[in-house]
Amino acid sequence: MPKHIRPLLSIATLSTLLLVVTPSHATEIKPINVVTSFSILANMTEEIGGPLVSVTSLVGPNSDAHVFNPSPAHARALANADVVVINGLGFEGWIDRLIKSSGFNGELAVASNGVQPLDFADEHESKVPEKPDHDDHGHKDKHDHGHKEAPTESHADKHDHDDVDPHAWQDLRNGQIYAANIRDALIAAMPAHRDQITTRAQQYIEEIRVLDQITRERLEPLAPPLKRIITSHDAFGYFARAYDIEFFAAQGWSTDREVSAGDMATLIREIRQDDVRALFVENMSDPRLMERIAEETGVRIGGKLYSDALSAPGTQADTYLKMFNSNVNTILQAIEP
Amino acid sequence: MVDFFWAPFADFAFMQRALVASLALGLISGPVGVLLVMRRMSLAGDAISHAVLPGAAVGYMIAGMSLPVLGLGAFITALLVALLASGVSNVTSQREDASLAAFYLMALAIGVTLVSMHGSNIDLMHLLFGSILAVDETALILIAGATTVTLILLAMIWRVLLGSSFDPLFLAQYGRSGRVANQLFMLTVVLTFVACFQTLGTLMAVGLLMLPAIAAKFWSRDIPIACLLASGFAMLSGTIGLLLSYHASLPSGPAIVLTAGVIYLTSLFVGTHDSLLIHTIRSTRHRES
Repeated sequence: MPKHIRPLLSIATLSTLLLVVTPSHATEIKPINVVTSFSILANMTEEIGGPLVSVTSLVGPNSDAHVFNPSPAHARALANADVVVINGLGFEGWIDRLIKSSGFNGELAVASNGVQPLDFADEHESKVPEKPDHDDHGHKDKHDHGHKEAPTESHADKHDHDDVDPHAWQDLRNGQIYAANIRDALIAAMPAHRDQITTRAQQYIEEIRVLDQITRERLEPLAPPLKRIITSHDAFGYFARAYDIEFFAAQGWSTDREVSAGDMATLIREIRQDDVRALFVENMSDPRLMERIAEETGVRIGGKLYSDALSAPGTQADTYLKMFNSNVNTILQAIEP
Repeated sequence: MVDFFWAPFADFAFMQRALVASLALGLISGPVGVLLVMRRMSLAGDAISHAVLPGAAVGYMIAGMSLPVLGLGAFITALLVALLASGVSNVTSQREDASLAAFYLMALAIGVTLVSMHGSNIDLMHLLFGSILAVDETALILIAGATTVTLILLAMIWRVLLGSSFDPLFLAQYGRSGRVANQLFMLTVVLTFVACFQTLGTLMAVGLLMLPAIAAKFWSRDIPIACLLASGFAMLSGTIGLLLSYHASLPSGPAIVLTAGVIYLTSLFVGTHDSLLIHTIRSTRHRES
C-alpha cells in the first residue's frame, strides 16, 4: 500500500514545492531535445520527461526499425539533440555511424543497460521438438539470421545484432529498467530538474510494475496447452520467458513476399505437429490464405501483435503500456477457450 | 515418386482445392484462349483484366469483402466494356480491339478513382484477385458455375465461331445471329476471365488463358484439336505449377504461368506446325534443292 501512496505524496510535495519555488522559473523552462531511436523509447521518454523534454523519434510509429534508412534530416535531429536514447543490444545497427556522422556529443543513453539479455538461440530451439521428417531448413534460416548475418548488410528483414534478442521491452520488468535508465540520462542532462524527473519516473515505473502484475495474473492461470502460439515475428522471446507463453516461429514465412504452396504446407504441418492454439501471422496480401489455414487445422487466427513499433497516435497501441496491454488482450482473445 | 506427385494433394485440403480449380479453369481456358488467338484478340484478356476494377470497387463498397458480390461487380463492368466495344465496332468501322482499348482505359480510370475515393487501406485488388492457394468452397462453386455456363455457351455458338474465326465476313453473312454469337463469345470470355481472376490474380490469369492456347497453335492447324491441346496444356501447367510451388516454395501464380511458359517455348522450338524446327528443316531443304 505505501508503495502506491508514496508517488502520490511526492507529487503533492513536489507540486507544492513547484508552486512555492518556481513561479519565476516556470516561464524559463525550455525543453531539452531528446532523440530516440524508435517510437517505444520516445513514448517512455515523454512519460518521464513530460514538459521538460521535446522528443523526436528517428523511426516513427508503425515503422520498421529494421529497414530504417537514415536521412540527412535524421542526422540534423541528432546534431541538435541534448540526449539520445537508444535500445542497445544491437537493435539499432545503424545508430553508431549516424551518431558519428551527425557530430552529436551529448548524453547517449542505452535503455537496455542492465537487462539480462536473451540469446536468440535459446528461445525456440529448446521448445520446438526436432522434426527429422521434414524440412527444418526454414527453422535454421530463421536463426541463422540472428547468428551470422553481417551487421552491415542485414537490411532485409532481421536485426543487426549478433546473437542476443534486442526486444527486451517485451518484458515489463525490463520496461522498468528502461524507464530507470532514461530517468538517469535525463537527470544527467538537466540536474536542476532532478526532483521533477525522479517523481515522474517513479510514477511511471510504478504503472509499468502494476501492468506487469496484472498481465501475470491474467496469463498465468491458463493451462499450458493453451499457451502455444505461432507468430511470424521473432520478437517475443522476452515475452515468452516472462509470461510463460510458448511462441513458435512461422518458419520461412515472410510478410512481404507472395506465399507459396510450400510455405502453406510447412505452416500447416507445424500447427498440427506442435498442437498450436493460435496463429499470429500477418500476411496482408490475402487474408483468405489465413482462413484456409484456420479451416484446415482448427487453429484460431489472432489479431495484430505489436513488436517493434507503436501504432499511430490516437489508436489502440500508441503508448508502451497500451501497446503491451493490447498484445496481451489480443493473445487472450485468441487462446481463451 | 508417388510421394512427390501424390502426397501434397493427399495431405492438404488447400492443395486439393487449388488443383480442382486449376483443372476446371484449364478446361475452359483451352477453347476460349484458342478462339481469342484465332480472332487476333490475344491481348483482349489484359484489357478485360483492367476493366473489372470499377465493378469490384462498387461491389466492395456495397457488400464489403463478399466474394460473390465482388465477382458479380467485376463481371458486370467487364461485360459492359466488352459489349460496348463490340457494339461500337459493329456500328462503326473501327476495329474491336481499338474500341476495347478505349473502353477498358476509361473503366480502369473510373476504378482507380473509386478505390482511392473510398480510401480503404485494404488493397482491394489483392483481396479480390488473391492466390489460388486461398480458394475456398464459395470460390470453387463460382469457378464450377462459370466453367459450366461457358462450356454450354461455347457449344451453342461453336459452329458460327469456328467459321468466323477463319473469315470475319462469314459472321457478317449471318447478320443478326452472327452478332449475337459474337457477343455471346465475349460473354464467355468475360466469364472465363472473372473466374480466373478470382483464383489466380489478374496478371497470372491472362497467362494461364493465353499461353497454352498460343502453344497449342504450334501443334495443330485444326481448331478443335488445338482447343483440346490447349486445355491439356493448361491443366498440366496448373498441376506442375502447384507441385513446383509446393516443393520449391515458389509463389503459386507465377509457378503455374512459368510452367505454361515453358510449354510455350518448347512448342515454339519443336512443335509440329509452324515451329522454329519446322522452319529450319524447310529452309535447309530449300537450299539443298
